[in-house]
Amino acid sequence: MLTRDQASAIFDKLRKYSSADEVELLISSGRSALTRFANNAIHQNVAEESHTLSVRTSIDVGSATGGRTARASTNKLDDDSLRRLAQTAETLGRTQQADPDLLPMPTPDEVAGAELDGDGIVQRHVERTSRIDARERADAVSRIVDVAKKNSLVSAGIYATSEFSEGLFNSHGVAKWHEQTSAEVSITMMGDTSSGWQKANSPDAADLDPVKLAEVAAEKAVRSANPIELPPGKYTVILEPSAVLDIVGFMLWDFSGSALLEQRSFLNDRVGTKLFGDNITVEDDVYHPLQTGAAFDGEGMTRQRLKLIDKGVVRELAYSRGAATKMRHSELAAKVGSVTPTGHGFMLPNEMGEAPLNIVFSGAEAGSAQTVDQMIASTERGILVTRLWYIREVDPYEKILTGMTRDGTFLVEHSKVQSGVRNFRFNQSLIQMLRNVEALGQAVRASGEESIDMVVPPMTVREFNLTETTKF
Amino acid sequence: MKEIGSLALDTAKLRGATLAEARIVDERRRALATRNGRIGSASDSESLGIGVRVIADGSFGFAATDDLTREGVQNCAAQAVQIARASARVKSAELHLVPEPAHVAEWASPCRIDPFGISIEKNLELLFAIDTELRKVKGVTLAETGMNFRRYEQWFYSTEGSEIHQTFVTTGAGYAAHSFAGAEIQKRSYPNSFGGQYQNKGYELIEELQLLDHAGAVGEQAVALHSADQCPQGKFDVILASDQLSLQIHESIGHPIELDRVLGMEANFAGTSFLTLDKLRTLKYGSDLVNVVADATELHGPGLGTFAFDDEGVAAQCTPIITNGLFTGYLTSRDTSPFVGATRSGGCLRAEGWNRLPIVRMTNISILPGESPLSLEQLIASTDHGILMETNRSWSIDDKRYNFQFSCEMGWEILGGKRQRMLKNPSYSGISTDFWNSMDAICSRDEWKLWGTPNCGKGQPQQVMGTGHGAAPARFRGITVGTAYKGNS
Repeated sequence: MLTRDQASAIFDKLRKYSSADEVELLISSGRSALTRFANNAIHQNVAEESHTLSVRTSIDVGSATGGRTARASTNKLDDDSLRRLAQTAETLGRTQQADPDLLPMPTPDEVAGAELDGDGIVQRHVERTSRIDARERADAVSRIVDVAKKNSLVSAGIYATSEFSEGLFNSHGVAKWHEQTSAEVSITMMGDTSSGWQKANSPDAADLDPVKLAEVAAEKAVRSANPIELPPGKYTVILEPSAVLDIVGFMLWDFSGSALLEQRSFLNDRVGTKLFGDNITVEDDVYHPLQTGAAFDGEGMTRQRLKLIDKGVVRELAYSRGAATKMRHSELAAKVGSVTPTGHGFMLPNEMGEAPLNIVFSGAEAGSAQTVDQMIASTERGILVTRLWYIREVDPYEKILTGMTRDGTFLVEHSKVQSGVRNFRFNQSLIQMLRNVEALGQAVRASGEESIDMVVPPMTVREFNLTETTKF
Repeated sequence: MKEIGSLALDTAKLRGATLAEARIVDERRRALATRNGRIGSASDSESLGIGVRVIADGSFGFAATDDLTREGVQNCAAQAVQIARASARVKSAELHLVPEPAHVAEWASPCRIDPFGISIEKNLELLFAIDTELRKVKGVTLAETGMNFRRYEQWFYSTEGSEIHQTFVTTGAGYAAHSFAGAEIQKRSYPNSFGGQYQNKGYELIEELQLLDHAGAVGEQAVALHSADQCPQGKFDVILASDQLSLQIHESIGHPIELDRVLGMEANFAGTSFLTLDKLRTLKYGSDLVNVVADATELHGPGLGTFAFDDEGVAAQCTPIITNGLFTGYLTSRDTSPFVGATRSGGCLRAEGWNRLPIVRMTNISILPGESPLSLEQLIASTDHGILMETNRSWSIDDKRYNFQFSCEMGWEILGGKRQRMLKNPSYSGISTDFWNSMDAICSRDEWKLWGTPNCGKGQPQQVMGTGHGAAPARFRGITVGTAYKGNS
């Protein structure tokens, strides 16, 4: 993994090789490894070490005709490759149509965030996680397999670890650096007619308990054996945290100034309105102790905390520098509240603009948070959902999403889990769903496969629209 | 490159590997895109590295690095062996790879015009011209255009004696018009949604697509959808255009026939398959008209699944998957073939790049066209009451690949053999085998197109792969339509 000093030295060379007005380097470097198992044995086991240098150069920014910017990337670190990298970015840039909206690269004063803890720096590198090797991962898998065999089940899953750094340097003197580790365990337990699943990750492998995760997944597989088939319809559902993140992740890209400017967001004409229930409050907060990632964006801007939804009202949007400037000059400006760069932009140039990616849902207020067991106990009839799968957007403005339940779907009746049920397809408006939340649990860091990791609570939702069943 | 490959193989053997393969990949990409008259993307990227797969102590190990110094390559190969030995701590059976002759070969995908030789100005000029045409239509609120080029050069070496050098050039392009009005966002795309059309071709593909010629109509259709009637709910005969049928093949045939899925190797992420081993040569997958092949050979066309050798050195083949409706074949690799009694791999092991372990992937999974002449217009004329659906808008299928639901950008009601009113928000759903058994007509060769799906995700860590799907418009009887909006309108 490259150090900050090595990255800085590479940037110095690139500046020397480039004749552009402005130069920016995004650099990422790291090691990752993943041990994969299926049928109670390790079948794939991989490791990788790599670097990426991504250089952006700009010319004529602020001129009467407009500026030009472009990007080139490589994983080759030798001098010839660095020289070619700088030249490629410049060539791409010089051949473009001028963009009068292109901003100069930010200065150190501009990227600095006010009122943030530790000057926008987060510590997410855990030395002991970076030292975990293939043998240690195999031993953890062995313990997971033991749980499967004890329950006469077949296990599949992964144990992955990684260590990486990312940095951003520009020719105005901005220099940002972030190092992080990650450990992740995902487990599926399968019986003849059923399955169960659990997944977790953290910068610190010590936060993960593979055996405990295996035991919960196994219990779900055992309890959902011989599932019954229920008719489609509107049901009360209890969504475990992973199921919540799977589905709510599909609205994040809409909380973006660029998405509103391009009128592709379901929040068109809806910012400032009460769109969701009183019990829905959502923030973006990279500094939250259960969150991960760097505290700067694709231009080096310090990430700000955002209140996206406050008691059901759509409040704040994410803005890159360019999107904030465009919005201020747009006819929408008066309708969208505060407009400032929030530190959520992607590296330039890009097609999506920006998005909040460190989502923190507020759970129930202290004292009233229910556990999933309490939610079950207070449900007369409903469906308990472990996770959702293959979610896609059916309607972009009403935010109707379709997808399947998977790996542990249960009938709850008379305050108890009665049996497993065959999996359902849903077609559900996300807006309507977040109006129908009847109970919230405590927010936890959750992982899924349909969206980024988030801090979300379990939810009881009434009238969830389950439209078809499948054969298992 | 041979020196680097030999160093990796020698190191692995010295450390105790019984089989070693080295893949060195040098890749270059260019991505250009516009959005509403501005540059959306202008980037070039390159990546060079080596991936080493070994068998040691009867288990697989894989390591990859972009450090191609002598020390870097040796460390990588040694790590692959170390990882294989760790794998062997939790194993259930010895690996058995079916044999494949050693191949020494050079191959390049046909490319008439090098896309990297075309000036960026010319490419952007075309994209901006399309953008202008789209936004000329009143009501178009977002115009997106894009063009992507890739050159992928791979050197494969194995301790079994193979030395294979392959070069692929891939080109892709497309655009979309979005229209927001009232409480609705509508979209139309050309030549396909989600990036357009992709093939293993050079810049000649851009010329063939005649992108600019269709822009005005695409913009007008996006706006017209607002005033179209909502697609009805119920059971209907459905005609799928070839672009939509290609994705239907991908999801409800291509994925379930992956033998690694069937064997549970993807159970934690992508899922398993309803095509358990007892179904081979016994399941009536579709009607007698359904004939599907997995064809990686150059004869099939310039699909994203066309190659000369897969990523474990197995020669490209054509495998019958569904023959007159009967399920006849899986996608296989050297280690999965023994589970179905095959003595040779079907040659379907593919990796996204140098840093990924090759896994079982689709090649070109295509439905064969009807043998009797039948155009789309003739198919419509022979349909009394149905719905024609074009261009995918969303897709979803369960983790065993039974229950699916697709939405399309646009539909047309067919009454009395004629295309009548335009329908917005069309969708259909079903169970894979029921659906394919309901197919009662498929158009002939003139209507058959080889589509590219550049974004197929699978594996952990996830890999994105390009696959090819040939399809002609086809008709399906008594299909469930409109469930996507049921309970939400």
